[in-house]
Amino acid sequence: MTTGSGNKSGIAVSGAGGDVRTEYVVRARDVVKEFKMGNEVVRALKGISLDIRRGEYISIMGPSGSGKSTFFNMIGGIDRPNSGSIFIADSDIAQLGESEMAFLRCHNIGYIFQSYNLLTTMTALENVQLPTIFAGMPAEEGTIRAMEILERVGLGHRLHNKPSQLSGGQQQRVAIARSLANRPSIVLADEPTANLDAKTGKEIIGLLRELNKEEGVTIISATHDPRMLDVSDRVVWVNDGMIDRVENRENIEIRLSSVDDDGH
Amino acid sequence: MSVATNTGGTSGGRKEKIYSQPQLPWKKSIQFALGSIKVRFWRSMITAGGVALGIAFLASVLTSQAIAGQVDAAEEARTRWLIGLSLLVCAVGITNAMLMSVSERFREIGTMKCLGALDAFVVRIFMIESVLTGVLASTIGWLVGMGAIVLVKLIAGVPKEAPAGTVWYGSLDGGDILRSFLFCIPVGALLSAIATYIPARQAASIPPAAALRIDV
Ligand SMILES: Nc1ncnc2c1ncn2[C@@H]1O[C@H](COP(=O)(O)OP(=O)(O)O)[C@@H](O)[C@H]1O
Ligand SMILES: [Mg+2]
Repeated sequence: MTTGSGNKSGIAVSGAGGDVRTEYVVRARDVVKEFKMGNEVVRALKGISLDIRRGEYISIMGPSGSGKSTFFNMIGGIDRPNSGSIFIADSDIAQLGESEMAFLRCHNIGYIFQSYNLLTTMTALENVQLPTIFAGMPAEEGTIRAMEILERVGLGHRLHNKPSQLSGGQQQRVAIARSLANRPSIVLADEPTANLDAKTGKEIIGLLRELNKEEGVTIISATHDPRMLDVSDRVVWVNDGMIDRVENRENIEIRLSSVDDDGH
Repeated sequence: MSVATNTGGTSGGRKEKIYSQPQLPWKKSIQFALGSIKVRFWRSMITAGGVALGIAFLASVLTSQAIAGQVDAAEEARTRWLIGLSLLVCAVGITNAMLMSVSERFREIGTMKCLGALDAFVVRIFMIESVLTGVLASTIGWLVGMGAIVLVKLIAGVPKEAPAGTVWYGSLDGGDILRSFLFCIPVGALLSAIATYIPARQAASIPPAAALRIDV
């Protein structure tokens, strides 16, 4: 049965000789993004190609200004490239209209931001329930779902607090819960730990990894937090709008242990 | 054994269908707008202050006219011109205030769009909010404008004697007051709506990534 479904989305296996079953949730091809600043043109992405597998935990690493967020926005369907193509859930986003993009963002993708981006006027529960409202879920069901998932991220006791009454780590947990509200297949996290202290950051990374394992949700995280290396299946190193190299889990582990050796 | 089978998502490996995102029902939109007004009531009242002022002026002119009774055509034309001009100035002022108030909410708009809000939903929320605050502000403005004129004329003792009965002051009667109300409140709501439409439309159409990036 898996073979059948693999065939159905046959485009996903371009060039993959052996493994027909491998499925990609995001595929980016030669993505270029430019920003016009007055007369100047900033080339934030200079042709990036990347396939991301379903269920993968992938980190996009690179220095500040290297284009991580820009790439994040492209594969998250919240901005469009100047050229190149992006497939999310096998749909070419260039072919999608405004309303279909909204559907995609609502159902297929969850977003986590560095600055949490919770709606300050709403409680934790209301924030988490919001995506379910946009998805057309009945209110009672949405409330239950939101409570369930807030419980899961350890905030069952903070349902009716406004973001201003929560710590940074708690706000990020609410944001994580919100990103999962509609059971998306992809969660995108743009520097989710950058505003948090070391301990809280570590907890958030741990939580993301758990959710990735338990729910099978694909996690794509832009970061320059080295602790993300520990949990990533793959690390994509970006520099100056281009992919430097892509490392698999095995290589990371080897390097991490050697770093460890050096350190002692 | 395969990657696809252990996904928690809804579609274990098949192509995920993308549909058109439906617009939320009016009831939900109104709930949403009411919640939003509630939490930033005073902020929106400041923005709506322009509406209140404009309507106060309009109500005061209408009340003066009603008290004075008959006016000649030239006088009538002059007040029309005055009202039109003042409402225009008022509209420009509110549009400016609305532009600011909308841009304070770029991040919220960007976030909502990330969560699946349609541009049309964002615009609708803003329009409902603006009409509701417009009605409230113009009611206040109307009461103030009418009250001020009646008070001033009372103190000044113009006209010398007020006819008794259903006529309250000068030749101001219930019909005048009702007509003035039914004219002023919709005008106020309309002003508020017109002033909001363009800023809201524009803000809603910014791609989410850009809206989130703008820090105000
Ligand atoms: N909306 C924008 N307008 C102009 N320049 C932008 C915009 N977004 C990003 N850039 C530029 O693109 C480059 C990459 O930015 P970004 O993707 O935010 O990097 P990172 O997330 O890795 O820090 C930077 O030079 C940045 O200044
Ligand atoms: Mg960034």
